[in-house]
Amino acid sequence: MEQGLSAPVIFFAAIFTNNILLTNFLGMCSFLAISREVKASLGLGFAVIFVMTCTSALNYLVYYHLLVPLGLEHFRYIVFIIVIAAFVQLVEMVIERSSPILYVILGIFLPLITVNCAILGVALFMIIRNYTFFQSVAYGAGGGIGWTLAIVAMGGIRQKMKGAKVPKPLEGPGITLIIAGLMALAFMGFSGMIQIQ
Amino acid sequence: MTQLLLSLLALSALGGVLAFFLEVADSYLGFYGECQIRINQGEKELQVSGGGTLLSSLMDQGIFIPSACGGRGSCGYCKVKVMEGAGPVLPTETPYLEPDEVKANVRLSCQIKVRRDMEIEIPPELFLIKEFRARVEGMRNLTDDIREVRLRLIEPDTLTFKPGQYIQFQVPEYEQCPESVYRAYSIASPAHEPTGITLVITKVPEGLATTFIHEVLREGDEVSLNGPYGEFYLRDSAREIFFVAGGSGLAPVMSMLYQMAEEEISRKATLVFGARYKKGLFYVEEIEALKGRLPDLKVIFTLSSPQEEDRWDGEKGRVTDVLEKIIRNGANKEAYLCGSPGMVEACVAVLTKKGIPQELIFYDKFV
Repeated sequence: MEQGLSAPVIFFAAIFTNNILLTNFLGMCSFLAISREVKASLGLGFAVIFVMTCTSALNYLVYYHLLVPLGLEHFRYIVFIIVIAAFVQLVEMVIERSSPILYVILGIFLPLITVNCAILGVALFMIIRNYTFFQSVAYGAGGGIGWTLAIVAMGGIRQKMKGAKVPKPLEGPGITLIIAGLMALAFMGFSGMIQIQ
Repeated sequence: MTQLLLSLLALSALGGVLAFFLEVADSYLGFYGECQIRINQGEKELQVSGGGTLLSSLMDQGIFIPSACGGRGSCGYCKVKVMEGAGPVLPTETPYLEPDEVKANVRLSCQIKVRRDMEIEIPPELFLIKEFRARVEGMRNLTDDIREVRLRLIEPDTLTFKPGQYIQFQVPEYEQCPESVYRAYSIASPAHEPTGITLVITKVPEGLATTFIHEVLREGDEVSLNGPYGEFYLRDSAREIFFVAGGSGLAPVMSMLYQMAEEEISRKATLVFGARYKKGLFYVEEIEALKGRLPDLKVIFTLSSPQEEDRWDGEKGRVTDVLEKIIRNGANKEAYLCGSPGMVEACVAVLTKKGIPQELIFYDKFV
């Protein structure tokens, strides 16, 4: 509410300048685990976009219309986690029912979104930064798209690298972390455009 | 105080609303209506209500697919050919499926769900697997820690099995066992007496099932079991047979010997039965009686650590030592092993060294 930036600006900033993965380093475990191929990372990315957007809206409503009036702000961590978990469960049911292919791609990783810290991170940031409802939703959607952008880029790079000779000690997570670092450096180039704190 | 109550109330209300919402979603999304499962090209057709796993749906209809882990996807036994209606292979199945199995449409029945009509293929002998109720007719201790349990079948009243196969015994809930579990035991009695079965059970310290059988179970009690299962049975050939048994591993071998006597199979055969000391040997009289009916059967008892009072002048050493001594070369021989995994592995090593090919060594490992 004090934040002067409009919702579209926040949306844009969350994708590029304040990419939650590459500047806050949240959501790293699924980022490292499911970025071997573009197809799977894209699937997971869409799930994250969807869950992040919806849970930021849900969590906003729960926080400002339930926790704040009752003076229970200090319960926000546990409440946000419950809301996210329930929502992911719902998404899993819907995907299992509607798209067996997507279910196979995401498979056992879908429940990982429950403990994806990027999603909890978005919910906590929107509280700290005093966003309005629309700013929060924009931040959630932007954060999700930014996360997807990063994981798909990583998926592409790792797919290209399949035949490459990587020094033995750096195989797997090692080289992936180095790539993530380089990507983060590249994304820092955007930081001159807008800044959100 | 009010604050405490208020927060408790608010949090539980939130949890309750979410749970309610999920429950509603589940009953809507998880409802698949009636589905038809066609087995072996229409040999059997089942109507089941969709949404459950294939394994549990089949079990509800009285078709028991072998599964040691109870559907948790960790044993890989419940493989079934699904020709139609299963969808793509799930990541939870891939560790248990070989590439040629995937090509042949083999799936883990505990992981796939029944969502539409399905077309599956299962080995016809699985139709014989049923759930049985039985009454404990008698029990006696064969050794200090091995007990014989005789069961009379109630419903269904006969169990058709191949000698050497095993059943899964249901251990009900009792003090030390909060939920009922299944344990596999070989059938020791002859197959031509299908109205009752005999199990031979070694007491395992702290073992849930064996403690139940040794301490809680009483004559006259009613128990549940299902079966028969297993690929451990006598193969039809003219080869010389070596039976090797350690401890309660004698059970399936006894059943096979009864079969040979009953069907007058006069193949040359040797039984090597190992125990630690003389008190560990059992069914000695029964084996002697069988020897009378099977003139080509040779029996060797061996003790790995005979006691003073045993006054043992028979074979000493482990079963592997005996095998090492009595088999000159493995040509035209086959072997049936049953005992602890260590014993079985050691025997397989000796037998293959002697030239008996892997595919002619059959075994059941007790864990």
